Amino acid sequence: MKPKINVLIAEPSDIIREGLATILGSDEFALLAPMRDIPADIDLRIPHLQPDVLLLNPTLLHSPAKMQLASICQARPQMGVVALVYQYVEPQLLQSFKAVLDIREQASHVAQILRDSSPMHDESPEENYDLSERENEVLVLVAKGLSSKEIADQLCISIHTVNTHRKNITHKTGIKSVAGLAVYAMLHNLV
Amino acid sequence: MISRYFTGKMKMADVVSANHNLILVMPRLGIPLGFGEHSVQEVCERNGLPVDLVLLIFNVYTFDDYAPDADAIHTIDAHRLVAYLESSHAYYLNERLPHIQRHLVRVASNAGSRYSQILTSFFADYEKEVREHFSCEEQQVFPYIHSLLQGTRNSEALSDHFADNHTALIDTLSDLTRIVYKYLPGDVLIEDLSELVFFVMQLSSDLEKHALLEEKVLIPYVKHLERSVQ
Repeated sequence: MKPKINVLIAEPSDIIREGLATILGSDEFALLAPMRDIPADIDLRIPHLQPDVLLLNPTLLHSPAKMQLASICQARPQMGVVALVYQYVEPQLLQSFKAVLDIREQASHVAQILRDSSPMHDESPEENYDLSERENEVLVLVAKGLSSKEIADQLCISIHTVNTHRKNITHKTGIKSVAGLAVYAMLHNLV
Repeated sequence: MISRYFTGKMKMADVVSANHNLILVMPRLGIPLGFGEHSVQEVCERNGLPVDLVLLIFNVYTFDDYAPDADAIHTIDAHRLVAYLESSHAYYLNERLPHIQRHLVRVASNAGSRYSQILTSFFADYEKEVREHFSCEEQQVFPYIHSLLQGTRNSEALSDHFADNHTALIDTLSDLTRIVYKYLPGDVLIEDLSELVFFVMQLSSDLEKHALLEEKVLIPYVKHLERSVQ
């Protein structure tokens, strides 16, 4: 039998916590005692509780939220931290989560999102963070300041394919801006 | 109901201990430290500042889910808000960016001339981009707000356009931190490297709050003014 996915929920609303417990009540998930807020010693508790997925309402994070989130992630790096969202949350902050679970999501998708975020899921296909040859080519052209359209014309591929390459480059390197990608290309002797 | 946001009756010292980043906001508002046991209201009155605006700024800087209601936005002291945004611009340009640049130059020069050249030119471009963004706000957006406040319009409606670049400015900074901790040789001046990353992250988080203040307060306020000056 597959090991259960340990889920820790940090959410102030009783209704939402109970609702999630009902939706996730199956053999696949083991729900740890939920939290109503983020205790000051959460970094110490997480290694002890060993959650595979932390489902966290981002409004519970203390400012600066990004830094607290980083220290929570660091407490158990293999843990998938998923944002549980039903209010406005800064998009910048949401990007730091592994996944986002909107409260309006269909019940059947909830389990899928948690499954995809658990470390068990990551083990299956090994992710390769090296850029492919094609991605390197695209990167060099981005670094030179060409638009996606110009890159598509030059490499004789569709603009959609260029955008997919760009997305993968950003996913692999973590770098979004053209200026940042130019520096990356220079430091790696690509230009 | 007890508010989870800051209120005028709270002690200023408690507000700062709840979010120590506000210490960096105080000088830009013209609030000297040494609050003793005084409340936010008392400290604001003593320094001639509108408490509503100060609370609005503190709450936006602290609570991600804070959304001021329309009434609070429509009655703000817009001249003061613009003055605060301008003094924040000056703080970023004259203090934070040069500070980061000094650290970057030291780190980069220890990593070798190739890195040094690439990073300093990257940072120079970034500084130029920030400067242009701020000067566009100061030369177009803020005068436009002042003219709206006097009941006239000096140009077409601007409110839909003026916050476009914020995300790009913040993305570039977070790219800089990644480049520094992922791709520079890790054995040079570890303390300097970590400090550099820390300063850049701090600026990045401050700029995010600055952008939020414009998105949550300034833009809705300008839209409200535009409707009333039709």
